[in-house]
Amino acid sequence: MTLFACATPKSFDAEKYRTDFPALHQNINGVPLVFLDNAASAQKPRQVLETLTRLYSNNYANIHRGVYTLSQRATDAFERARETVRRFINAKSSDEIVFTRGATESINLVAHSWGRTFLKNGDEVVITELEHHANIVPWQMLEKEIGIVLKPVRIEDNGDVKIESVKAAISQHTKLISVAHVSNALGTILPVEAIIAEAKSKNIPVLLDGCQAISHLPVDVQALGCDFYVFSSHKLYGPTGVGVLWGKKEILNKMPPYQTGGDMIEVVSFKGTTFKNAPGRFEAGTPAIAEVVGLGSAIEYVSTIGLSRIAEYENELLEYATSQLSKINSLRIIGTAPNKASIISFVMENAHPHDIGTILDGSGIAVRAGHHCAQPLMDRLGVPATTRASFAFYNTFAEVDALVAGIKKVQEIFG
Amino acid sequence: MSSNAAELRDLYQELILDHGRTPRNRRKPADANREALGHNPMCGDKMTIYLKLGEHDGLIEDVAFEGQGCAISTASASMMTEILKGKTAAQAQEIFDYFHTLCTTDDATPPKDLNEDDLDRLDALSGVRQFPIRVKCATLAWHAMQAALCPAGMRQNEVNSESDERT
Repeated sequence: MTLFACATPKSFDAEKYRTDFPALHQNINGVPLVFLDNAASAQKPRQVLETLTRLYSNNYANIHRGVYTLSQRATDAFERARETVRRFINAKSSDEIVFTRGATESINLVAHSWGRTFLKNGDEVVITELEHHANIVPWQMLEKEIGIVLKPVRIEDNGDVKIESVKAAISQHTKLISVAHVSNALGTILPVEAIIAEAKSKNIPVLLDGCQAISHLPVDVQALGCDFYVFSSHKLYGPTGVGVLWGKKEILNKMPPYQTGGDMIEVVSFKGTTFKNAPGRFEAGTPAIAEVVGLGSAIEYVSTIGLSRIAEYENELLEYATSQLSKINSLRIIGTAPNKASIISFVMENAHPHDIGTILDGSGIAVRAGHHCAQPLMDRLGVPATTRASFAFYNTFAEVDALVAGIKKVQEIFG
Repeated sequence: MSSNAAELRDLYQELILDHGRTPRNRRKPADANREALGHNPMCGDKMTIYLKLGEHDGLIEDVAFEGQGCAISTASASMMTEILKGKTAAQAQEIFDYFHTLCTTDDATPPKDLNEDDLDRLDALSGVRQFPIRVKCATLAWHAMQAALCPAGMRQNEVNSESDERT
């Protein structure tokens, strides 16, 4: 037997990447910060911060307007970011990349523009019980406004979503399936390939809420075959205030504008106005120029590491954290689907998530406590709230140990 | 011990933990004539407060609550029921005003007629001052109580403690 018969996977140097994130190197309440709330928002690498500074210091002016050099530079940087996003998710054309204020606005844009145009009374929109409020409420507004019917797919008790349950929710009236790619509250990776295959066989368009998936998995919208894909910059190590709506060009150009004003028109007169094609028609007003450029920089940063390597390492972190937390008697992990991203929700017998969150903060550990903007999911699972630890590639095994030690302190107080 | 550890110990002191674990008056009185639902939108916690107000004297003859929450909101509701029983509606309002000030500022003057036990209870709860985001947990039951006390015509059936935060 050879000692090194199996090649050990090339190790992932999380410590090295940590040095790129200034915010991670600080003490909170006298102890080093352990940042485990990445599903809410991720910290930013200095490469992104430097991009913002550089843009504002050297290349800033309004875009798509000026004939002068500075405006051209800003426009070029902005449009380069669009191309960077296109490449990142393998869209066919950068014209399919619409910049919004966030994933919430991306979904609202589809609901307002596509929904109001193509949905009518009695049409059904299929979602799941584990959706974020941002993928529930915009459709509920259409229930009130035009009488569509929202059909939530039943999830399993372990937080998994079965393709059979999705099929059961689909009817001849289904006109859209809008589901999370990865659950923000539980980490479940949904069977999106099977969902899209089923939808395609029935000619139903599919929107994927990729907010959590985008930082954990390689995403290829053409390979997926969905019709819309949305995500936010800030969960992908980029600035806040920017989201992406990807949609197939032929669909986007059939959709009326969502907001109207400057920069999205072709010709305006008092007799009427004509609008640009996508993406311009959906980008009214001055956008978050620097933040979009910053998103481009964040994508370049994670692409250098590689989403597959990130996914592999985060999976190791998830497995380790799951095994360590499972050893704690009074702790129960909520969401144990076989296919998960690096998110762990849990409850404890004698301690409420908010108390857990406060006590962990005393040990410098940042976690989310609450309903994770998924109240219907909490109701479905019969818990008022959970504590959620969500891991990024810059988290370490030692930080998992710190979390476990922090939870022991919770037990000391609450038993 | 770091200052945060001291603050944590102050927040989760035995009195709070005791009321959090075994809350008093968590029940629905059959003869309650006022109720209101308190809702903490930050965490989704909900708590219903029940009052039995004397018909003529406005005396709080019974006060109880139902609902699940964190240790802080549960202990606060539990202790509130102990403090307010036998007080008038006006006194209850005065005590809430004092408690609210106690949780959010550094100088609060207690109402004159509060006894030592009541003062100790409120003092224990005011540990949230060091945890601004948790003030709304401590005041949730009180906001609901206040809503339940409003004259019937003006009553809000559901209130929240969202605006409460120490600044």
